[in-house]
Amino acid sequence: MFANFDFDVIARSLRYLFFDGMTFTLILTALATAGGIVFGTMLALMRLSGFPLLAVPATGYVNLMRSVPLVLMIFWFYFLVPYIGQWLTGAERPIQVGYFTSSLVAFTLFEAAYFCEIMRAGIQSISRGQLAAAQALGMSYPQTMGYIVLPQAFRNMLPVLLTQTIILFQDTSLVYVLSITDFLGAASKVAQRDGRLVEMYLFAAVVYFVISFAASQGVRALSHRTAIIR
Amino acid sequence: MTDIQIDINEVSKWYGPFQVLNRCSTKVGKGEVVVVCGPSGSGKSTLIKCVNGLEPFTQGAITVDGISVGDPKTNLPKLRARIGMVFQHFELFPHLTVMRNLVLAQIKVLGRSSGEAHENGMRLLDRVGLRDQAEKFPGELSGGQQQRVAIARALAMDPIAMLFDEPTSALDPEMIKEVLDVMVGLARDGMTMIVVTHEMGFARQVARRVVFMDKGEIVEDAPTEEFFGSPRSERAQMFLSKILQY
Ligand SMILES: Nc1ncnc2c1ncn2[C@@H]1O[C@H](COP(=O)(O)OP(=O)(O)OP(=O)(O)O)[C@@H](O)[C@H]1O
Ligand SMILES: [Mg+2]
Repeated sequence: MFANFDFDVIARSLRYLFFDGMTFTLILTALATAGGIVFGTMLALMRLSGFPLLAVPATGYVNLMRSVPLVLMIFWFYFLVPYIGQWLTGAERPIQVGYFTSSLVAFTLFEAAYFCEIMRAGIQSISRGQLAAAQALGMSYPQTMGYIVLPQAFRNMLPVLLTQTIILFQDTSLVYVLSITDFLGAASKVAQRDGRLVEMYLFAAVVYFVISFAASQGVRALSHRTAIIR
Repeated sequence: MTDIQIDINEVSKWYGPFQVLNRCSTKVGKGEVVVVCGPSGSGKSTLIKCVNGLEPFTQGAITVDGISVGDPKTNLPKLRARIGMVFQHFELFPHLTVMRNLVLAQIKVLGRSSGEAHENGMRLLDRVGLRDQAEKFPGELSGGQQQRVAIARALAMDPIAMLFDEPTSALDPEMIKEVLDVMVGLARDGMTMIVVTHEMGFARQVARRVVFMDKGEIVEDAPTEEFFGSPRSERAQMFLSKILQY
């Protein structure tokens, strides 16, 4: 049945697929992960602060993000971010930020909700005795968090954080709704242009699978290793 | 009378309707060692955690070196930095090497230079007999070694007093002595210490006074010889007969 398949189309478009497409996908994944972890950790600290003024908005935010489809967020932010930019800077007309920035903002804000829950579990896994020891040495709250609690929470949760990053890597393909040239977008453009839908989508699936599978095996190996150190 | 270093005055504390501490009072003079003992759940840990403000209390007053712990205007982190504390489960920071454990608060809290902090850390590791373990992680040390590092970590802050909460009760019997030896050395050097422990040999050897607690109350507060010779309260007698059986 592969007889009339043209796998040569893949070879011809490799440079475009990886150099343009995959680069975009990986940069978006990396930046959204970094931003999501930073913002998510802040949300987790707010939720655990014990001050309703901080905890309630953070909890509301997490619940909201977890009940909205990601595609909608991507769409929404594409149209919304220019206006937010206008409002923030007081400019006269909406600020054009481009596909990349708007999808980065969408992914960061969306993923922060998930990273928040992971970091919250991580922070709660640190015993009260560790907090008491840090405080007994005279450390302030930010010092206790920054030097004692968060590094341990981050280390304990590293496998889970990386697993979430793999999911994020796959989810970035949703930017196709903005017809962006991420990896899937590039594959899809070649597919349309050359009329080679089956080949290109098959190849895209294989690439996503191989990268995700290899990465999750890496995470497994890593969590075995840290389990021994601890 | 010696200078009063720690003054606990009529301290009471409730957890909801449950009273953990009931009008506890005692004074610890400069260079004095006081041992606190009593049955499980009697409030010993709670009382010494009140001394450095790790636990808030509901009524009464505690002053350390003339500074009121309960006063909302008191800078608690600053006060805590001057009071060393050693915990039952060591509570070394597992993600940091032994040396990082010793220098972190010296640098970040006291503002010492890295060189000064390391030098001080090394001197204290030497003192607790662990000079060669500086670059290991806490998880690589035995319980007794970890507790000695914890003592060194507290001493690195040049505390005016040390609080110990059952420092040997999580240790295997063969490691208890190495920790108690360090503590006896400290007591001999004139450190002010409150020690929650059931090691009565240690109490006899270095404690000036023994405080016996039961159900949140200080039932007996007597000079050491008197406490072991002829405890006045029946509850203290019963407690002693139980733990001195062996
Ligand atoms: N956070 C808390 N909420 C409610 N009750 C508590 C809390 N912490 C401690 N308690 C109770 O207060 C009492 C005194 O506890 P504390 O830990 O001070 O006793 P202890 O004398 O140190 O006992 P042990 O020898 O077991 O360490 C116990 O009955 C305990 O159950
Ligand atoms: Mg206790």
